[in-house]
Amino acid sequence: MKFPVQTSPHVEARSNVADVMTVVLWALVPGTVVATWLLGWGVLFNVALAVGAAWLTEALMLWLRARPFQPALSDRSVLITGWILALCLPNLAPWWLPVVGAVFAVVVAKQLYGGIGYNLFNPAMVGYVVLLVSFPEAMTRWGAPIEGGAASLTLAEAAQWTFFGVLPGATGFDALSQATPLDQWRMVVTQGGEVTGAGLSIWQGGAWSVWLNLAFLAGGAWMFYRGAIRWHIPVAMVAGVLLTAALLWGIDPERFADPLFHLVTGGVIFGALFVATDPVTASTTPRGRLVFGFGIGVLAVLIRSFGNYPDGVAFAILLMNLAVPLIDYYTQPPVFGRKDRVGTDTEGR
Amino acid sequence: MPEARATISPGLHGFHGGLDLDYHKAPACDRPIGEMPLVDEYVLPLHMHIGAPAIPVVAVGDHVRRGQLLARPDDFISAAIHAPTSGVIQAIEPRGLPHPGGLSAQSIVLAADGEDREAEPLEPWPDYQNRSPVEIRARLREAGIVGLGGAVFPTAVKLATANPGGVETLVLNGAECEPFISCDDRLMQEAPEPILRGAQMMLHAVGASRCLIGIEDNKPRAIEALQAVIDRLAADEDERRFEIKVVPSIYPAGGEKQLIRTLTGIEVPRNRHVTDYRLLCLNVGTVANSWHAVVEGRALTERVVTVTGGGVAEPRNLRVRVGTPMAKVIEAAGGYTQGVDRLLMGGPMMGFALHEDAVPVVKATNCLLAMRPVDRDPTPPPQPCIRCSRCSEACPADLLPQQLYWYARAQQFERSHDYHLFDCIECGVCSAVCPSHIPLVQYFRHAKTEIWSAEREKAKAEHARRRFEFHNERIERQKAEREAALAKKRAAIKAAQEKAAKKDAQEADAPANANGEGRKSATTSADDGKSAASMSIEAARARAKERKARVQQGPRGQGEPGEPGEPGEPDGAAPPSDESTERPGGSS
Repeated sequence: MKFPVQTSPHVEARSNVADVMTVVLWALVPGTVVATWLLGWGVLFNVALAVGAAWLTEALMLWLRARPFQPALSDRSVLITGWILALCLPNLAPWWLPVVGAVFAVVVAKQLYGGIGYNLFNPAMVGYVVLLVSFPEAMTRWGAPIEGGAASLTLAEAAQWTFFGVLPGATGFDALSQATPLDQWRMVVTQGGEVTGAGLSIWQGGAWSVWLNLAFLAGGAWMFYRGAIRWHIPVAMVAGVLLTAALLWGIDPERFADPLFHLVTGGVIFGALFVATDPVTASTTPRGRLVFGFGIGVLAVLIRSFGNYPDGVAFAILLMNLAVPLIDYYTQPPVFGRKDRVGTDTEGR
Repeated sequence: MPEARATISPGLHGFHGGLDLDYHKAPACDRPIGEMPLVDEYVLPLHMHIGAPAIPVVAVGDHVRRGQLLARPDDFISAAIHAPTSGVIQAIEPRGLPHPGGLSAQSIVLAADGEDREAEPLEPWPDYQNRSPVEIRARLREAGIVGLGGAVFPTAVKLATANPGGVETLVLNGAECEPFISCDDRLMQEAPEPILRGAQMMLHAVGASRCLIGIEDNKPRAIEALQAVIDRLAADEDERRFEIKVVPSIYPAGGEKQLIRTLTGIEVPRNRHVTDYRLLCLNVGTVANSWHAVVEGRALTERVVTVTGGGVAEPRNLRVRVGTPMAKVIEAAGGYTQGVDRLLMGGPMMGFALHEDAVPVVKATNCLLAMRPVDRDPTPPPQPCIRCSRCSEACPADLLPQQLYWYARAQQFERSHDYHLFDCIECGVCSAVCPSHIPLVQYFRHAKTEIWSAEREKAKAEHARRRFEFHNERIERQKAEREAALAKKRAAIKAAQEKAAKKDAQEADAPANANGEGRKSATTSADDGKSAASMSIEAARARAKERKARVQQGPRGQGEPGEPGEPGEPDGAAPPSDESTERPGGSS
């Protein structure tokens, strides 16, 4: 009898890329629900708009690049890109903001690099940063959480605002919006005030950021349990944030915020769990992940403290993305039976 | 039904990564080893072991008996081949090999006479203790013993790599980690005695002082059977050198270096021998057959083969004569079931798919695995790597397969080398865990062959360069020698002419006695000059002859660089000197 010849191994992987992505998508749910409860329907509009735009853009780009639709669209990675971008955007953002961000993320940061697996930078963060530098005003439209804030808008009212920029009755935008804690801190510091006197603490923005972070942590725990992420990057990133913030705070507590403030405000927890852990753009070795995460933590606090933008997580992630090939090369684990590290295989084969 | 598991031994070390697989050892493992009936024709490839092919010592038409030597080992790394049954040598010709490339190779074809008469065995050595390690190694070589775990490395050579008295621990490999395969498991259950006797003999042969037996925890019956014999030996003979170590069933626990790491904590690097660490690792089937060879004088003519998978009707283990066509073995296991579409030699992780089942069982054939599509998930097309690093987490060699893949794909083989490509043991774990279904191992095999062929090209170019340089050097030397000879000749002629001229001048100076006399003497002197010239030519010829003789003796002997020793190789341009148009060194 004759047989066709295949190569070993003759067992197939039990999971596929879509499975991995699905775990991440489920992990995003608790944070999104809590964010919607705290910040109103705008969050869901952002998600729907960004995810929809990202998916359509991916399809269009695949068509332009003459690539098969099925594998790329069914791997669900583009949904994550859109969703993560959406959760970074202000809850009172106009409709075109998530759309422009998602389109840019997918076209430039993902597809022009060759599609999934080939992008050097995290697409969602590229989209976010492009929006931040291009539309600074729209990117500050943060509605205040819960009481009397953006969450008090009904679905219809929120839709009217998102799509037509119309608010109900006599409500002014200022009544809904509120500077984020990081913005406030920046303002205090740039105006020469003292941080300690300004009453800035983790509770300053209300307990809401803590609730939101707990929801993200729940999602992260799920991803960890399902093996979609490893502990190294989140732990190292949080350590980087806390250590750098503690150092600066220890030097000048009047000018720099305390470590806990840094930890719970802005995108530290979300970024550590959902963005920095993106396997495509993160380091792949265990020690490399520690370096990569720690570097993000350090850079985020430095950018917050000395840079021009209130939050530094996105920039920090993109900067460390750039360093990944180098990190990976110098953090190779020692091969079986060999205690040296890199490129020192001087013995012949 | 949950598999019965033995208790894992304490104090093991484990290795990085690995994979918990579905083992599918039943139902083949639940049935005793059966006897494969005789067939009409046996095909014995001369190259069924690692090393040089054996050299036939029989001719077509010879009658042979079972166990008779058919082919002797060539070279140091090689193994003998014996007749699996009695019959007539029908042909010595190329036949299909069980090989992933579907190659053919010179094979001895034996038409069985059905009588299965035994040849005179080798002299049995029940007193092997009185035999030296050298004698035992010679016997193993004579009996064609090779590693039966699948690597088929000649056992005598393996023993010879041990430094004198340099082995402290013998490791018996009973960790059959590939799914589906159970031939070693059954052998340990049914014949623990020859295994342990063989191990005793090996301890003597290498001067080792203890023996660790590594068995996976999914073989409780094998562990029990061996333990019973060990207990009996301890009671009867005070034999206390054996210890069973139950290791976790994590693929590839049965890899030699993985097993040694698990049992001893020692990591043997790729470019070192296990014996450098005072260890020797042998498969349980190998030691059992070694015992048969040394103590009973029986050559290796059969082995246990697991015939299994959803593609055969009655999965089981069979004792099969080497050379039996695989199709017959499948028949003996009830034949194929409907829908079989893949036949492997070996397990699903490292075994290879065969083109056809007409090829023979060889000494390496531990398993014939016939698969149906329902035994596997369908293979989805590969997708891009998302760098999830599951491969590196599972790699037992601590490699970064995704990086290796990246550079192999980009044809940056130098870079793959930086990432220790050659430490890859091709166990297949990375491919099996990849969520993008990338055939990673395939890429690594390809990269390795590319690097090997690049190195061969480089070596060839280097050889050619050296030959060219040597050729130029020789031409220069010959030219210089010829010029020197010519200059000498000219000098001789000139000297003769000067001498003649001087003489003429003297004669001219002297008052002319007689014109005729003067003329005569001038002629004489010219003759003198001529003969001097011819003498110098003769001397030059003699020297050239001498040189030629010297060159013909061969510059190889003088250690000239790069001179081609291989006959038949072109030697660039022929030497231009007329006295030596033959190829120097070519005649040897």
